[in-house]
Amino acid sequence: MAGPVLEMRSIVKTFPGVKALSDVTLTVQQGEVHAICGENGAGKSTLMKVLSGVHPHGTYEGEILFEGDVCEFKDIRASEHHGIVIIHQELALVPYLSLAENIFLGNEHAARGFINWNDTLKHASELLRRVGLSDHPETRVADIGVGKQQLVEIAKALSKKVKLLILDEPTAALNDEDSGKLLDLILELKKQGITAIIISHKLNEIRKVADSVTILRDGRTIETLDVKAAETTEDRIISGMVGRDLENRFPERSPHEPEEDQAPALEVRNWTVHHPIDQQRKVVDDVSLQVRRGEIVGIAGLMGAGRTELAMSVFGRSYGRYAGGTVLKDGTEIRTKSVPEAVKHGIAYVTEDRKHYGLNLIDTIGRNISLSALGKVAKRGVVDEHEERQVAEGFRKSMNIKAPTVFEPVGKLSGGNQQKVVLSKWIFAGPDVLILDEPTRGIDVGAKYEIYTVIDQLAAQGKAVVFISSELPELLGMCDRIYTMAAGRLTGEFSRAEASQESLMRQMTKDKEVTR
Amino acid sequence: MSTDLTAKTPAPAPPGKGGSATGDSLLHLMLDGMRRNMRQYGMLFALGLIVVLFAVWTNGDLLLPRNVSNLVLQNSYILILAIGMMLVIIAGHIDLSVGSLTAFVGAVGAVLMVNHDIPWPIALVMCLAIGAAAGAAQGFLIAYLGIPSFIVTLAGMLTFRGLTEIFLEGQTIGPFPEGLQKVANSFLPEVGPDTNYHNLTLLLGLAVIVFVVLQELRDRKRQQEFALEVPPAKLFALKLVALVAAVLTVTMLLASYKGAPIVLLILGILVVGFGYIMRNAIIGRHIYAIGGNLPAAKLSGVKDKKVTFLVFLNMGMLAALAGLVFAARFNAASPKAGLNFELEAIAASFIGGASMSGGVGTVLGAIIGGVVLGVLNNGMNLVGIGTDWQQVIKGLVLLAAVGFDVWNKRKVGS
Repeated sequence: MAGPVLEMRSIVKTFPGVKALSDVTLTVQQGEVHAICGENGAGKSTLMKVLSGVHPHGTYEGEILFEGDVCEFKDIRASEHHGIVIIHQELALVPYLSLAENIFLGNEHAARGFINWNDTLKHASELLRRVGLSDHPETRVADIGVGKQQLVEIAKALSKKVKLLILDEPTAALNDEDSGKLLDLILELKKQGITAIIISHKLNEIRKVADSVTILRDGRTIETLDVKAAETTEDRIISGMVGRDLENRFPERSPHEPEEDQAPALEVRNWTVHHPIDQQRKVVDDVSLQVRRGEIVGIAGLMGAGRTELAMSVFGRSYGRYAGGTVLKDGTEIRTKSVPEAVKHGIAYVTEDRKHYGLNLIDTIGRNISLSALGKVAKRGVVDEHEERQVAEGFRKSMNIKAPTVFEPVGKLSGGNQQKVVLSKWIFAGPDVLILDEPTRGIDVGAKYEIYTVIDQLAAQGKAVVFISSELPELLGMCDRIYTMAAGRLTGEFSRAEASQESLMRQMTKDKEVTR
Repeated sequence: MSTDLTAKTPAPAPPGKGGSATGDSLLHLMLDGMRRNMRQYGMLFALGLIVVLFAVWTNGDLLLPRNVSNLVLQNSYILILAIGMMLVIIAGHIDLSVGSLTAFVGAVGAVLMVNHDIPWPIALVMCLAIGAAAGAAQGFLIAYLGIPSFIVTLAGMLTFRGLTEIFLEGQTIGPFPEGLQKVANSFLPEVGPDTNYHNLTLLLGLAVIVFVVLQELRDRKRQQEFALEVPPAKLFALKLVALVAAVLTVTMLLASYKGAPIVLLILGILVVGFGYIMRNAIIGRHIYAIGGNLPAAKLSGVKDKKVTFLVFLNMGMLAALAGLVFAARFNAASPKAGLNFELEAIAASFIGGASMSGGVGTVLGAIIGGVVLGVLNNGMNLVGIGTDWQQVIKGLVLLAAVGFDVWNKRKVGS
């Protein structure tokens, strides 16, 4: 180890309305593996985008020194030219091109615009061997698994003479075996003198590969710890990740007293779902949970824990391949093989991605609200437009949707108001069970409070509410009970009294031991 | 957005009676309503402009009663197709097979009626069923097997064209029974005393006016019953006057020649019927929803596959109807019938406000788009512009209409 290879000093990055990074300092030593961890939204990915030139010089404040020189990258090519290569969570491979073509994409071995295939294949084979792949370089990327694709990305990075390799949650989409292989490769590359930054939620991974870890929270550097030091325990890292002040941001809630003799409004038993494409992978693994009327039950988990996949597969099998399990409503087993069936049984799912899965952005507020329950404003298949408009006007006022009329297209509303439209739509459908997936994502504090109030009212009306969120304070502030998920499995259940950020985070980062 | 929770929403205007609007705000309200439906008002305005242009250019020939009748008859089959095509495009698909299907059904009809002497009403029903079956077959492949509509209907375009030629053995078959010819070519029968006008057409026009006015009044009353805001009385009156004037003009033009063509009546029923379905029926809403955002529609419990299937089934049936009207009008089924009809219908839909990505458009828009093309055709014929230049001009009009739409959307920033 010979001093720092990378120094990022006082980095500030602002997006319209949001300060993503408010003061981040990061120092990476030559030849180490440096982990970065933090909650969703702590600013990890933004920091790496600043470093790699995705956010070009001039759009952020602060200073970047690489190998002692001040760097002002104007795009990714500029940072790659210096040997800094980032591998994003979503892989950037072209599925129908070969491994060799992908490795040298944008960087072809060519003479006067024509590719020299012999040269390309020879070099590709060498690079693939270095990352431990024996596949032929002419194999199509689409024909190999995600784990191998991740390795191809690294081979691609090696072809660019990488000095600093950045991996953004590289194992999030991998199974245990592939994760293990990848981590071994990182250690192997370290021996060859390649410095790496790895963003990860999984504390056992960090312990396995990293030399030091920097913790980010709310866009600030909290601390940098030596992973090998005795005092660096998982608890220490967790408290660094979550230790923020709790403000009074939630409506007063009297905890719900469950009536034990009553059957739960919704019960899921042994629910297992496979990934839609990679069918070996269990995205949801033997999950059982229950929600009573009047209760708000949280599901905590980090990205890739399988929360959304669980919710969507229960809601009319809208995700993945069903591989077992039953759903019970008020104690009787129900069929929820399609969305209309789930809706008929009084289940509603409010998506985390309202723009793609929740709203028809080009249509009006009124028509979006009525869509999932048109029958309620129709007679014999004919919609009564006046009644529909009256219903929409009612929601506009009661939910405080800020728009001049209900004829406004939803696409023109702010995030918070769009979220109120999605909620209105499902409240109008009159469900008994509401599954809310990240209902406050991307909206400001004021609108959040309004949405919390609505959720509270729904529970008070006797509805069963499932509240999925990445923000622990929000779950602690709102829920009667909280389940934790990690890697597709339920890892814990906490009552309101038992739950704390630390206890939840410990279960959320619990993963099977990485195979060695 | 504001985080100030205590901010009061502006007090809603008192519902119901809004007659106190000043002239200034009346204009403002009108403009506001127009801005919301920019595309349709824009096209209506363009249509008006084109009509005036050609009326002046042809020294008024364009608006001669005989020519207006002709215009309706010439364009009826394209307009029928445009209605169905609009639904397909709103649902986020395309149908390239309708021109060939039109020819195919015409050929089947000719073989049934001419070669086998099957009575025309029975043959008509059989033809509609065949069209519906063809549409259903394509719809099944698209909706349930997930083959892209462009591919399925491109295959359909080739297949049905080929089948037409096989069926007709390269010949032209005719003439059709007189009854069917009448449906496509003739006018409502004349009744009552000689008034220099076509009495039944006048009566029909009057009936339409009464119906429209009553409907509008009833609608307004219902809105007030639901305590919803209604436009001020002056604006409402203005709208009524404009509607009545439009219906009256067309009625008088038609009545001073031979009266309303029967095809116009059929077309009118289709427009009102499909317009109502798209606006008010649950299935209509579902068509908009799957075209606007398919994943969101699915997660809202819309049976997207069934809806898509029905849209294509309907398109097939309308193509069959258009095929019979076309064949009967020319009194023959020919292997080359219906060439490029699909493109005309698609162009009419896009001129009339449809969007490539689906979810947008109205039945009335498709009709306006179709009439724009029809008037252009007819007007350019009257002033003696060759078909070569006609195509160039129609192409540019399509480009301008959609270009305006794109520009307008970017300006609004949605």
